[in-house]
Amino acid sequence: MPGNRFNAYADHTVGIGLRIPHYQHIFSRKPVVDWFEIISENFMIDAGRPLAMLDQIMDRYRVVQHGVSMYFGSVTAPDPEHLRRLKQLVQRTKTPWLSDHLCWGSVDGTYTHDLLPLPYTWEAVERTVERVRMVQDFLEIPVAVENVSSYAAFTASQMTEWEFLTEVVERADCGILLDVNNIYVSAMNHEFNPMDYVNAVPAHRVAQIHIAGHSRYEKYILDTHDHPVIDPVWQLYARATERCGPTPTLLEWDDHIPSFDEVHAEALKANRYLRRKQPAQELVEAAS
Amino acid sequence: MNLESIQREMAAAVMQPLTRDENMRERAADGRSMAEIAESFVAPNSRLNAFERLEIYNRQYWYRVLSALAEDFVALRAVLGSRKFASLSVAYLTEHPSRSFTMRNLGSHLPAWLRVHPELTGRRHSLAVDIAKIEWAFVVAFDSAQRAPLTLAEIAALDGSSQLSLQPHIELMELNYPAENLVLDLHQREKRQTSEAGLGSDEEEQPPAKLPRIRRKPTWLAAHRVELSVFYLRLPREAFLMLTALQEGKMLAEAMEAGFADSRIPAARRAAKLQQWFKSWAELGWICARET
Repeated sequence: MPGNRFNAYADHTVGIGLRIPHYQHIFSRKPVVDWFEIISENFMIDAGRPLAMLDQIMDRYRVVQHGVSMYFGSVTAPDPEHLRRLKQLVQRTKTPWLSDHLCWGSVDGTYTHDLLPLPYTWEAVERTVERVRMVQDFLEIPVAVENVSSYAAFTASQMTEWEFLTEVVERADCGILLDVNNIYVSAMNHEFNPMDYVNAVPAHRVAQIHIAGHSRYEKYILDTHDHPVIDPVWQLYARATERCGPTPTLLEWDDHIPSFDEVHAEALKANRYLRRKQPAQELVEAAS
Repeated sequence: MNLESIQREMAAAVMQPLTRDENMRERAADGRSMAEIAESFVAPNSRLNAFERLEIYNRQYWYRVLSALAEDFVALRAVLGSRKFASLSVAYLTEHPSRSFTMRNLGSHLPAWLRVHPELTGRRHSLAVDIAKIEWAFVVAFDSAQRAPLTLAEIAALDGSSQLSLQPHIELMELNYPAENLVLDLHQREKRQTSEAGLGSDEEEQPPAKLPRIRRKPTWLAAHRVELSVFYLRLPREAFLMLTALQEGKMLAEAMEAGFADSRIPAARRAAKLQQWFKSWAELGWICARET
């Protein structure tokens, strides 16, 4: 893995999300896993079993932090206690980079605990950039923003989602956690071609890729992380790795979680694409 | 509409309670049409109108917070039954939406809130409040800080003016029922049912659990953590009052006075009791220096 400055030149390959139902298997079988992604908020506590389990995991494995409540696009300022605890955890895990979502979810101190989409406006670009920069400066590690799945679009939007993402990451000078399943889900819900999105993102800024499954309903698709990855999403992944070069990749599986082996095997399918000889031409061009 | 207005409007819509059929309400709390509100900032697509798109987020919000609350209050849900617990949860979360970046704190106001809402629990109100207290105490004891405790020698050197504190993971409770074992039993039962059914317990309606006979009896309880596990320990009333006073920052002499006020323990036996309690608390590592 060549890595880039947005993932601290990491050589991480394929990882999976660390989930409680798998602890027993991990501790007893000690499976070979390149890295685990942890949900930061689950460990932003003072003490107790979750941190003890995390320390045990870190004795043997590398972990990367992924957050769900930084809400880079919220208009109200982040809670200082949140930032303090997050930095404390960053120092504990020594995560090479940290990701959270390009979304909002709290207003006036009240939290929805959802990843709500932003209107793609210039005002939202400015607000989001300001916060990403502030968080990145405070944490002193590279930050990557993840594109979210969305079910609603805004009348106020002035650009496409990928244009919005590009504006934010270029101005904030941060990385991207490219979730190809989220691109697929949003493309189906908003009726655009997902490949246009993958082809438009600034490939040299992609620090990490997420893959996952979703649930299809009659009139929309929900990002449920409770199924295997479907072929059209693997095709987006193939194109993303073609553009970005081999990139740290993480399978998310959060509901109806099957056995560790099943989840890991699904994640390792990514190697079909990562191990191909790729010139990663766009990366080379961007670097020069 | 600017970003701030969109976020305020959308948050209000998303956090508004659903109808009985789990749909978004037709009217906002201020009487405005939800369809008009949705159309003012949400764009339709070829399959869903603005209202329907906003409704997806409204449903997701409630599914998420209700399931998080149910996970922390398994015994309360069992005692009340899933339907009553769900209505109570919606009422509670409407009044106390999350004010924290973590859902861990979602139930922090539930015991106090439940105490003043007997209409939502029915005849088991007092027991329900006790159960809520015990379950919230578990959340606190599970992951709160562990400080360096005072040693026996340090405790022996204390005097009446000493100010102490307790381990942050200790939660002291004054209850009307000795309900901690009932809570533990209900948690075990829930775990068994979930694993036998292979389903999340939130997926089907559950009637109120049949409970063993439990008599009302004033009970003083501490939830605390040993190694990584949470335990409940019953306390004599005097010990509870003394620990509460210490936790509130009172000097040791004041805490002892508070502990033995109206006590039936004869004066001659109090010194021995104190020695016994402090020895036990020292062994448990409960007593810490006051944080500066």
